[in-house]
Amino acid sequence: MTSLDELYREVILDHYRNPRHRGSLSGPHIHAEGQNPSCGDEFFLDLIIEDGIVKDVAINGQGCSISQASGSMMADKIVGMSVEDVRDVAHKFKTMMTIEEGENPVDPDRPGSVLGDLEALQGVRKFPVRIKCADLAWTTLQDALAQSD
Amino acid sequence: MTDLSHLRSDFPILQREINGYPLTYLDSAATTQKPEQVIEAIDTYYRMYNANVHRGAYTIATEATDAYEAARAKVADFIGARTEELVFTRGTTSALNFIAYGWGLDNLHEGDKVVLTMMEHHSNIVPWQIISRHTGCELVYLPIDEGFEVDLTDLESVIDDRVKVITVSAMSNVTGALGPVAALVEAGRAVGAIIVLDGAQFVPHMPTDVTELGADFLAFSAHKMLGPTGIGALWGRPELLEAMEPTEGGGEMISDVQLYDSRWAPVPHKFEAGTPPIAQAIGFGTAVDYLSKIGMTDVRDHEKAITAYALERLAAVPDLEVFGPRDVERRGGAVSFQLGDIHAHDIATIVDQYGVAVRAGHHCAKPLMRHLAVPATARASFYVYNTNEDVDRLVAALEQARDVFGLT
Repeated sequence: MTSLDELYREVILDHYRNPRHRGSLSGPHIHAEGQNPSCGDEFFLDLIIEDGIVKDVAINGQGCSISQASGSMMADKIVGMSVEDVRDVAHKFKTMMTIEEGENPVDPDRPGSVLGDLEALQGVRKFPVRIKCADLAWTTLQDALAQSD
Repeated sequence: MTDLSHLRSDFPILQREINGYPLTYLDSAATTQKPEQVIEAIDTYYRMYNANVHRGAYTIATEATDAYEAARAKVADFIGARTEELVFTRGTTSALNFIAYGWGLDNLHEGDKVVLTMMEHHSNIVPWQIISRHTGCELVYLPIDEGFEVDLTDLESVIDDRVKVITVSAMSNVTGALGPVAALVEAGRAVGAIIVLDGAQFVPHMPTDVTELGADFLAFSAHKMLGPTGIGALWGRPELLEAMEPTEGGGEMISDVQLYDSRWAPVPHKFEAGTPPIAQAIGFGTAVDYLSKIGMTDVRDHEKAITAYALERLAAVPDLEVFGPRDVERRGGAVSFQLGDIHAHDIATIVDQYGVAVRAGHHCAKPLMRHLAVPATARASFYVYNTNEDVDRLVAALEQARDVFGLT
């Protein structure tokens, strides 16, 4: 597979073109916004957390395929999860992208076993300037979780 | 077509391969590549006569001063100005700030209007916003029409005797559209407003004569015209420069300093506080020598031809939309476009895999991007060293992008 094919995996293009949980939430919820000023990408996140569980999530914004697909896959992943597990996934994701310290949690022998579809974003690591694109949604998520504390 | 392909060997960087492909550099609107002559002039200064300018009594200080002032004369001559009307600045941004602060703070008041256009670069918006906060003056924007040019339909209703400044990009860094300089100069003259031209994209690409342009101030940057970064120029009408306060104080810009007051050095030195970018000035002078040797009419002809070719080739790429005038007489060589639903950053990443360097994003012109209703565009821009083959490589790489994204 070429670097480009690794970067633009089918699942990424699918989430880019058909983002899950796109929109906004009504009623009381946590709202967080993330921006990459250098490229103009924007990501908006609404979360409802009840009894330590992510009950609902909505995402919005605009940007490149990597930033938007990463957000869509994230939304898909975290609905129904406990806040504790969400924090763990966020950390694992950022470690996989070598944004946070730690050993890559992904098991190369069992693709998808740790982070599911999100592992498709590993191809971004070969394009260092684009890592911040994949990271945007997750930093916004971490901001949102910090608000819930 | 004016054939300038023999110039390519002057640019060492064009020998590079990127990802196994020859570098196809299509980002000259951001910064241009440097010819051997410019690199060597800077190198020679550091190797042979590096010294601070002005006041030095020894040989190499005199040589450095002579070279620095000779560069000023060359750059002034390049735009048809007199040497003493040419101030060296850090670049276009700092030149525009000097005008906004130096002229604006003293001359703008509540109720006054500064007229801008929707196609301005942030560097010709933000300084005026700051001055507006200080003085209470009002900013008024001329819109952009469907042909991506400044819309002058309502000009008469905008221009009245409250207008004190009209400031416009002489060529858009996004759409390539030429600014309506003549019309705005005429409108400004009628009400006594000063006319400021952001020439960052214009001066490198067009024969420029400040008398013909008829404006009061012109700002431009060396690094967009084969010179080094860190230096640019502010040209102003002598009487305005005389009356204008310096924005920065310090060494070099004074004729006398007392404890509580000082007198300024004559123009242009009163605007050049501190040790100036000496090597950069010398490189700037060499860059305009290089351009003058080609001849700016030939530079313009070459760019019209390559832009026409690019517009024609890009029009044949399915799903591709160009944001800019179609008529090469009314535009320069910065070509912004969108390709289907592929985000500009994805385009830039994909074509880079084929050695093609294009810019992606808002191009420091967010108001214009909002007006065009696009978050980002990809932009290819041309200069003297580009050829039709570069356009062919871009188009081939765009086909790859379509393929990666499954556009059929």
